[in-house]
Amino acid sequence: MSRLSARDWRNLVLVAMALGVTACLPWTAGAYMLSIGVTIAMYTVLATSWSLFSGPTHYISLATAAFFGVGTYVTGIGIQYLPYWTLLPIAGIIGAVMAALVGLATLRLSGVYFVIFTLGLAEFVRQIITWGQNISGTKGIYVLTSIGETHIYWQLLGLAALVWLLGWLIGRSRLGFALRIIGDDEAVARHSGIDTARAKILLFMVPGAVAAITGAILAPRYVYIEPSLAFSPMLSFQVVIMALLGGTGRLWGPLVGVIPFTFLWEAISVSFPNQTTLLLGVCFLVIVYLLPKGFVGLIDAAKKRMGAEGYA
Amino acid sequence: MHQREEKIMKRRTFTRLATLALAAGLTTGPTLAQEVLKVGAVAPKTGPLAGGAAVSYWPNVKLWISDVNARGGLKVGGKTYKLEAVEYDDQTNPGETIKAVQRLVDQDKAQIVLPPYSTGLNLAAAPIYARYGLPMITSTATTDKAQALSAQFPNVFITLGGAKPVVQGVVETMVKLRDRGDIGKKIAMVNVADAFGIELMNEAKPAFKQAGFELVYETSYPLGTQDLSPVMKAAKAAAPDAFIAWSYPPDTFALTEQAMIENLQVGAFFTAVATAFPAYSGRFGKSVDGVLGIGGVNADGAAFKAYAKRHEEVTGAKPDYWASVMVYSSFQVLEKAIEAVGSFDNAAIIKHIKANSFDTVIGPIKFDANNNNPAFWTVGQWQGGVFKGVASTGRDGAVDVLKKGAWK
Repeated sequence: MSRLSARDWRNLVLVAMALGVTACLPWTAGAYMLSIGVTIAMYTVLATSWSLFSGPTHYISLATAAFFGVGTYVTGIGIQYLPYWTLLPIAGIIGAVMAALVGLATLRLSGVYFVIFTLGLAEFVRQIITWGQNISGTKGIYVLTSIGETHIYWQLLGLAALVWLLGWLIGRSRLGFALRIIGDDEAVARHSGIDTARAKILLFMVPGAVAAITGAILAPRYVYIEPSLAFSPMLSFQVVIMALLGGTGRLWGPLVGVIPFTFLWEAISVSFPNQTTLLLGVCFLVIVYLLPKGFVGLIDAAKKRMGAEGYA
Repeated sequence: MHQREEKIMKRRTFTRLATLALAAGLTTGPTLAQEVLKVGAVAPKTGPLAGGAAVSYWPNVKLWISDVNARGGLKVGGKTYKLEAVEYDDQTNPGETIKAVQRLVDQDKAQIVLPPYSTGLNLAAAPIYARYGLPMITSTATTDKAQALSAQFPNVFITLGGAKPVVQGVVETMVKLRDRGDIGKKIAMVNVADAFGIELMNEAKPAFKQAGFELVYETSYPLGTQDLSPVMKAAKAAAPDAFIAWSYPPDTFALTEQAMIENLQVGAFFTAVATAFPAYSGRFGKSVDGVLGIGGVNADGAAFKAYAKRHEEVTGAKPDYWASVMVYSSFQVLEKAIEAVGSFDNAAIIKHIKANSFDTVIGPIKFDANNNNPAFWTVGQWQGGVFKGVASTGRDGAVDVLKKGAWK
């Protein structure tokens, strides 16, 4: 790994400062803005970790809801027996192991097969939990804690910082380089001696672990957990669309997708409470047609144009 | 320059005039003196629970506001307020429910926030209601954990009961039929493998055993199972005297249809959620006669009849015979408590709800020490095109349960 340049240091300091400012939100904003803050932080974490894997490899994963749901159940079941802080790493480990198993089974598949498998995974895990409930005879799980929205927000911010740090380190590592080659041409990567399956599995464990931890953090917010709420497939789709809106080519890409999308969603929910789903679908279409490379693509294009003008 | 200013001035005057004209056109005589009070409501309009909310929840929001406004408005401390609904769709997503409640309080400044829909969404929103100190009289949440909930959230009230009393009601009904000689002691019992269905099945098995029944067939099926004919065939092969299904809306319909196709002859046929929906009798017509289901109302009572009539007039749809009237009654409790206290002091309103009995469409509601309404309907039966309550935990107007005849 190469040494940090002056620019790297500057970026690190800027990111740390920005995180510090956003961490003050609970004191500066009302409860409503804080709940939007939680939503933004949650989707930022999920979409960024999602694009760490799906960005370079172009494998569209719809497994977010599966990992997320498992995480909520780790907190839901574990909180009765273990202190809360131990549950987050446990959720992360379970998510990573799950992702590794799924990766072993499916990452040799490519394209649409992988997409369908990951979509089915959430349903599969949900049915297993339902079956477990049927055997044990317990209904939903109550998570009655004193953890409030402020704590959840801070935990999510901390997790976001970790994800960015991890993404930045991966980008500088041999693994990140290997993944970019895989994304460009998997056959070339294999012929260059890269163990493509291993690289993909290792990276797939990141969104798995992160989504599970996110679920574990959010469980106290839901108070009552049942499979249909924990494994909502909508979550997987929202994460994908937000990441695509932002753009997956840059580490900060998903963030610039999550923020406008959250406010757009908010505006739709407020103004058209009877047509939310319809308008959401229209937004999806518009995003895919008009912004195929997301905001990152737009910003890069603008930069290029400005650069070209400068030389002319 | 001068000319341009004049133009702007003209435009401004015109805008003002137009606004005035518009305002004059919109406001009618009496409302001018009245203040408008925003009433927040958040429940599914999309997502898996949208269907149920469209039957039991949303029409009652409309009806209640229309009823209060029709009698002049909500009288609070010498002032009369016209109610105006602010509705949000939570997409059956607890995160959205939480956000919408905060939006209602912080952004829309809604003075009254009605409870959400369903067990899961009510409980997810409970901490937010608690933090704002809002009274939360739930009407569609079923739980046996009223004690733990009221300890954590003293502002939450439960009205629809839990699994234990429902099972008790069904067992008592079956015992009555057996003691009369209408059915034997062999029962077939199935459940949908999801939340409520699982809990009810696990309560019911030991309860029936203790009451001296013999379980000749039992199975569970996953939520969303399309083809229930194997279940019904197997149940019929076991030759039961009574059939009990702890089912959800889609399977309630599917099981009834299969029972008719297989011509299952039992003295008691019970399906759970949605049996009390008007759509159930709409689908099966006269065949529903004698079918037992979860819920019930005092269908012959004057209060319910008047309510059902208004419900149909205002919303264009019939109420269901279980949760609808409870949803409306919980709004009434809130309405009466606010008027009695005479202000929007939520702490005082909650105190008033805890201490008093309220006369509602469903009858008197008085909460116990755990903020739980102990009196609710548990079992109903279709009799002559109406779903009448046959068992309850202390409600008046129960009719005698009848033996089920052949399918028509």
